[in-house]
Amino acid sequence: MAVNDALAGTHKIVEEAQEQQGGQLVPTLNDFSQELTTLNLGPTHPATHGIFQNILQMDGERIISGVPTIGYIHRAFEKIAERRPFYQITPLTDRMNYCSSPINNMGWHLTVEKLLGITVPKRAQYMRVIMMELARIADHLICNSILGVDTGAFTGFLYVFQEREKIYEIYEEVCGSRLTTNMGRVGGMERDFSPVAIEKLRTWLKEFPAVMKEFETMFNRNRIFMDRVVNVGPITAEKALNYGFTGPNLRAAGVDYDVRVMNPYSSYEDFEFDIPVGTNGDTYDRFLVRNEEIWQSLRIINQALDRLPDGPFHADAPHYYLPAKEAVYKNMEALIYHFKIIMGEIDAPVGEVYQSVEGGNGELGFYLVSDGGRTPYRLHFRRPCFIYYQAYSEMVVGTSLSDAIVILSSMNVIAGELDA
Amino acid sequence: MADPTKEESTAAQETAAAQDPTAQQNAQVLTLLHSLFGEATFTDVHEPYGLLTVTTKREHIHNIVAGLQQDETLKFHFLTTMCGINYPENLNQELGMIYHLHSLVHNIRLRIKIFFPVADPVVPTLSDIYATANWMEREAYDFYGVIFTGHPNLRRILNVEDMDYFPMRRQYPLEDGTREDKTDLFFGR
Repeated sequence: MAVNDALAGTHKIVEEAQEQQGGQLVPTLNDFSQELTTLNLGPTHPATHGIFQNILQMDGERIISGVPTIGYIHRAFEKIAERRPFYQITPLTDRMNYCSSPINNMGWHLTVEKLLGITVPKRAQYMRVIMMELARIADHLICNSILGVDTGAFTGFLYVFQEREKIYEIYEEVCGSRLTTNMGRVGGMERDFSPVAIEKLRTWLKEFPAVMKEFETMFNRNRIFMDRVVNVGPITAEKALNYGFTGPNLRAAGVDYDVRVMNPYSSYEDFEFDIPVGTNGDTYDRFLVRNEEIWQSLRIINQALDRLPDGPFHADAPHYYLPAKEAVYKNMEALIYHFKIIMGEIDAPVGEVYQSVEGGNGELGFYLVSDGGRTPYRLHFRRPCFIYYQAYSEMVVGTSLSDAIVILSSMNVIAGELDA
Repeated sequence: MADPTKEESTAAQETAAAQDPTAQQNAQVLTLLHSLFGEATFTDVHEPYGLLTVTTKREHIHNIVAGLQQDETLKFHFLTTMCGINYPENLNQELGMIYHLHSLVHNIRLRIKIFFPVADPVVPTLSDIYATANWMEREAYDFYGVIFTGHPNLRRILNVEDMDYFPMRRQYPLEDGTREDKTDLFFGR
């Protein structure tokens, strides 16, 4: 059978490759002659903040090589998506980068809207921008405060997690859920911002900057923290690009690539904000870039909230956007559309679309191939974590174990996004 | 007999295309591709949603990606992503690989596709050009069984290593085929 033949050929290739590498690919035994130690970092080590494994070869405290193993929480989202109507794929995207679910949700909606040719009203676009920037702040807060925890500073983590909780309360007001948000719909948002949501947002916008300032005061010029992170795990811009880095990790290396500016979506071109960049791409730069991005996100939210246009919060696309519940009970057409959308009976046009958004970790891309059916023919997620995590084994060589933990933490590898 | 209204509309489309910056960029990229690698190399050129898409043969893919990376006019220095695809009904072209390249300097994206038979799923690796291709190719091998010659470490990446099939191929249904309680004639579950 063709598949088996192909498989046999592959096994041969794999064996040859392993021979070429001198068997270094899968180090399993401790080599006593050279006094090297094999250390399993993960898959359930508390400092990896997620389920993935690194088999490290150590010479005393120094790391000689690292072999990553991933896939522990692989859930076959790309395969599942081939059998789901578009609106049922949104909850799958939640579970990729679960620290900033709304960005994933909006990215998916934008992809489908591009395929269907739906133009979303300005108000919905601004609402989306507000939610996406809140998600970015939550994402960066987690990353940076956990970096603090990994270097031994627990206090900052407790301070900012209070604020993250408030962001989640805003999510709750806007969409009803907190972590896996399933926010918005193809064509807009599922409901308008409630007065409570606006009130909570305004209060938070007033209170958060003070906390953020305190957090920065605690870390930015802290001697103990700087000793742990400056010049740890640096990466050059060329290497970062070659490894496919995007997002804060690439910007820390000095490349000002940001999808929000390069390919503006959802009206990002209306707002004024800066793209912070670092110089040598080490852990400290990544930390500072994320902190500065939080301030820039705040600027965007303030602008969007002040200039929030009036108008509908969803596009007029009855074939794809669920009708209001009251209309479903009273109106025949609404009932028909409701039924057809929920049962996934509406075909999409033939086409292929690539849409990317600036996720918490970098360029989050959706490549959607539609053959005209009710589900995607093929859906590929470009997950930034998956792509840049492969540089990790090169970045840790020559460092110590405690540095390896700090590097991992500053790269913000989210297991859900890594494995999809 | 030529239809005058049709001619007018094509002329109008051409002027519209000439004014559209994306179309202009795409035309520029296409000219570059043709001048570097020859016109016969590319088939099925189209621009779905403004993104230039070309199809080529697997023999050329390594040259094209390497050539575009070294080319100094448009600077395609970034491999955004790649993924496999499976069309079981296209005889001898069942499997495909789709590459997305990006020129960060000029902000131009390019999509390159190759198709090849499932019985001979061998493609040259790009991991010697882009370090990032390493895991992307392992992923494509894992899910579609595409074999990348010259890849330094072609093992499964997300699935268990002793899996003996390639799960994203269309021949494997998502749900257990022996279950009857989920069969529904009308809604196709």
